[in-house]
Amino acid sequence: MAKRISVIAVFTALALIFSYIEAIIPFNLGVPGVKLGIANIVVVCALYIFGVKEAAGISLIRVFVIGLLFGNAVSLIYSLSGAVLSIAVMIICKRLKLSVIGVSAMGGIFHNVGQLSAAALILNSSAVMYYYPVLFISGIVTGIIIGIVSLPIIKNSEKLRS
Amino acid sequence: MNKRDFIAIGVVVLLSVLGFVFFALKGSGGQTVKISVGARVYGTYPLSENRELKIKTDAGYNLVEIKNGRVFVKDADCKDKSCVKQGEISGGSIVCLPHKLVVEVTGEGDFDAVAR
Repeated sequence: MAKRISVIAVFTALALIFSYIEAIIPFNLGVPGVKLGIANIVVVCALYIFGVKEAAGISLIRVFVIGLLFGNAVSLIYSLSGAVLSIAVMIICKRLKLSVIGVSAMGGIFHNVGQLSAAALILNSSAVMYYYPVLFISGIVTGIIIGIVSLPIIKNSEKLRS
Repeated sequence: MNKRDFIAIGVVVLLSVLGFVFFALKGSGGQTVKISVGARVYGTYPLSENRELKIKTDAGYNLVEIKNGRVFVKDADCKDKSCVKQGEISGGSIVCLPHKLVVEVTGEGDFDAVAR
């Protein structure tokens, strides 16, 4: 049990470090709002190695800490709505027996959908919906990349489970 | 990846394409620039007249320029300047999240615009 808690804590720290790396070196692909979301590797792995509660916990702690360190109230709302929708969809997809890559891709898509919906609500305008296609495709692509990276980690994680 | 992955991603992509087509048909190109800050409409301006607009809000300022039938954000005092990078548009919208600014090209196009 103690080992499990420590490993989950290390995972949370890793998610924070990944977010920090992405904050200082943005993998800017030329389109505003498109990010690789490498912190999601940790969340996807935690979902398979530990379970639903642990993955959701790591994701939420990451959003709050990163929001407090680098963001403001508005950016926290965007990240939170993205993270909550993303983890919820990933949990459902895992129940529906999608593969790791599929779960990750759906998580990537709905992370963007969540943020876009929050932006539409805050701006009280449907104008942001023009970004829909761009963020959708980027969500699928980054989600698949994250899934491919997560797959070998999950397969080699027996020692972490016990 | 298995069959369920493709079905799930396929369904979501299909829904998004339908949604986008809906928005594209609803607001394709136009003659009027509508600038709003949050829920408030700041003003509407014809796309055909060149002008520079300094929009100051509590959050900061954006310099919007309308030139030769296109509109773009020339300058802003935000951190990432996403709105400036979004470039010139003659349809669709430019959004500045930190300042809650939306620059939207709306209105019916005349025949010239359709033919173009």
